[in-house]
Amino acid sequence: MSLETLLLYFFAAASLAGGVLMLIARHPMRVALALISSMISLAGIYAILGVHVIAVFQVLIYVGAVMVFMVYVIMLLDVRDPSFLERYGRAVVPSVAVAALLAVALGAAVSGGDIMSAERLAAMHQGGRSGASFEVQPFSVEFLERYWLHFELTSVLLLAAVVAAIAVIKAGRRHHG
Amino acid sequence: MDRTQLLLTLSIALFALGLVGVMIRRNALVMLMCMELMLNGVILSLVTFAERSAMLSGAVLVFLVFVVAAAEIAIAIPIVLLLARRRRTLDVGAWSELRG
Repeated sequence: MSLETLLLYFFAAASLAGGVLMLIARHPMRVALALISSMISLAGIYAILGVHVIAVFQVLIYVGAVMVFMVYVIMLLDVRDPSFLERYGRAVVPSVAVAALLAVALGAAVSGGDIMSAERLAAMHQGGRSGASFEVQPFSVEFLERYWLHFELTSVLLLAAVVAAIAVIKAGRRHHG
Repeated sequence: MDRTQLLLTLSIALFALGLVGVMIRRNALVMLMCMELMLNGVILSLVTFAERSAMLSGAVLVFLVFVVAAAEIAIAIPIVLLLARRRRTLDVGAWSELRG
């Protein structure tokens, strides 16, 4: 077993452990930390796969922006909130059963179906642009040459999100007094 | 186990864990974070397939999904804060009259 495979198993186990801790932890701050560790393990997996750009995005956007925002909000809130003390709602057993059923069904589809068959993957490989590389330089060149319009459109989306967030806050204030 | 199979299994497991979290936890912020976990599971499968098929468009799609997720959080958190301010709790049970 090569070092790469070992690391892959390690990161997979770490991200799973983070997911399980999210269900068990009581305080939202611990849940956030578990989610951050899970996301960083996923970034490690992306780096092992050679998709360096996405590994960097995962750390920068998810851990650096989204989760820091989340941690700020948790610090803003009242710790004596009863929902911090009582973890679970009422329908625990049926929910776990439904999710387990879904996981088993998806797993059966993945292992039983022909998604993983060698011909299918070879066909996928043919469809792709040959020699496409996910390293930073080739990706950036291709990204800004072919997909520049999409890249610019994301800024419009972000602007719309900013306006929407401000509108939500203002609407709440008006209602509050 | 094949590498692709391992990663797809991991993505299914993360999705299921997130789903359990959304359904059983009471705290609205924790539910949001569990949704993020579900999204991460799905992104993992997207990256796996993009890497297997060596398609750059897959990586671009992942970038767009990241941006959408950031926008989603930027809107969802003010809404959660408004709800928390009005009922003085983050417990979703306090909003149970919203069910149809």
